[in-house]
Amino acid sequence: MSLIPTELKYASSHEWVRNDGDGVYTVGITEHAQELLGDMVFVELPEVGDTVTQGDDCAVAESVKAASDIYAPLSGEVVAINDALADAPEQVNASPYTDGWMFKIKVSDEAELATLLDAAGYKSSIDEA
Amino acid sequence: MAQKTVLHASHLAAGAKMVDFFGWEMPINYGSQIEEHHAVRRDAGMFDVSHMTIVDLTGAKTREFLRFLLANDVVKLNVAGKALYTGMLNEQGGVIDDLIVYFLQEDFFRLVVNSATREKDLAHIAAQAKAFDVTVTERPEFAMIAVQGPNAKAKVATLLTAEQNATIAGMKPFFGKQAGDLFIATTGYTGEDGYEIALPEQQAAAFWQKLLAAGVAPAGLGARDTLRLEAGLNLYGQDMDETVSPLAANMGWTIAWQPVERNFIGRKTLEQQKAAGTEQLVGLVMEQKGVLRHGQRVLVAGGEGVITSGTFSPTLGYSIAMARVPTNTGDTAEVDIRGKLISVKVVKPAFVRMGKKVI
Repeated sequence: MSLIPTELKYASSHEWVRNDGDGVYTVGITEHAQELLGDMVFVELPEVGDTVTQGDDCAVAESVKAASDIYAPLSGEVVAINDALADAPEQVNASPYTDGWMFKIKVSDEAELATLLDAAGYKSSIDEA
Repeated sequence: MAQKTVLHASHLAAGAKMVDFFGWEMPINYGSQIEEHHAVRRDAGMFDVSHMTIVDLTGAKTREFLRFLLANDVVKLNVAGKALYTGMLNEQGGVIDDLIVYFLQEDFFRLVVNSATREKDLAHIAAQAKAFDVTVTERPEFAMIAVQGPNAKAKVATLLTAEQNATIAGMKPFFGKQAGDLFIATTGYTGEDGYEIALPEQQAAAFWQKLLAAGVAPAGLGARDTLRLEAGLNLYGQDMDETVSPLAANMGWTIAWQPVERNFIGRKTLEQQKAAGTEQLVGLVMEQKGVLRHGQRVLVAGGEGVITSGTFSPTLGYSIAMARVPTNTGDTAEVDIRGKLISVKVVKPAFVRMGKKVI
């Protein structure tokens, strides 16, 4: 059974979101997603300063199995990216919710948070899938 | 209902993630495909290949039959135990399957064919065998374990009796010998040293357990695919099939053109193809970020081709592929990766052998 921390919010496309305060949210992919993808070999991240819109593909996770788009779970400006993934993409597999984070967004519309799932909602979405 | 090999429970006990592989429930990995890959390149790993089909051929005219059935020539098999890699072609020169044939006795040869092609292979072999009075017997009662890697042979040796070790001592590559209950062959699909061992099903789980205890790492289909691709070994159904000439699949070396009077299935078409020229299978190397994948479009000087197999190479740390392209390639090609044209190197389709980079 995949770990789904209750303090996070989720997109049905398997991204998680953590509230860092001041309107900044950290984004990564769920344990379930990394299990589906298998060993990560490259992660292509957006650039700091990029403006993203909720639902846009803004990163690519390449695993041994496939290339998968990562979608922006919230709209806003990218204010940080996890440079460590360039040399250690396997962190996405080993610690998807901590060291395997991908980027941080300074959100432009916190009302979008209401469109994300809580842990129970995400769990039922993957149970049905 | 998916078929299960006799090692199914052993896989689950080792933490395998199981997937459907042409009707067989097989391990894709036991946690990390990349770690399993490295285990085989650096030490020793094992694969359950019990889903593969063993077919025994018996009868006085078996050799004559195989000289007609196969594009390579079993006349080369002049010592008991010697094996040969070959294509089995149709009249149109397409590849029905690729297989290994072992010469055991003058009236007894063994084939190991792919599981995904089992039914059509058996039907084709049985139909062609009639004229030669050869008996075709499938051997589903055998399990098969491939033990591969630089330390594979030494680790297997610790599990064998003195008599078994004496039987297989000094066996050259591409040989197979019966040693007690084990049929031990110096073949594989990884580009490393090692054995493929066929054994009675009821002994397989215990032997697997002994291999584990000897420090052999279980490896899944995922690692098997990256290892064979690094080694430049074809995967049937992906790098070639019934619509592809062996000449366009880097299998030209497996066609025995001499003696010219030997008639084998597909020969006429192959001769025409050889004269006219065919596409070719080349290797591609992309040192920048990204992964080459099956189905991507390839542009070369002579026109357009396609990636038949592509992956991230764990040994090299970048992506490699095999691609079927027009003959005139040049040293570089462009690959259409998600809409962007990326420049890649064109090389011979073999990347890593015996743990070493060969490009």
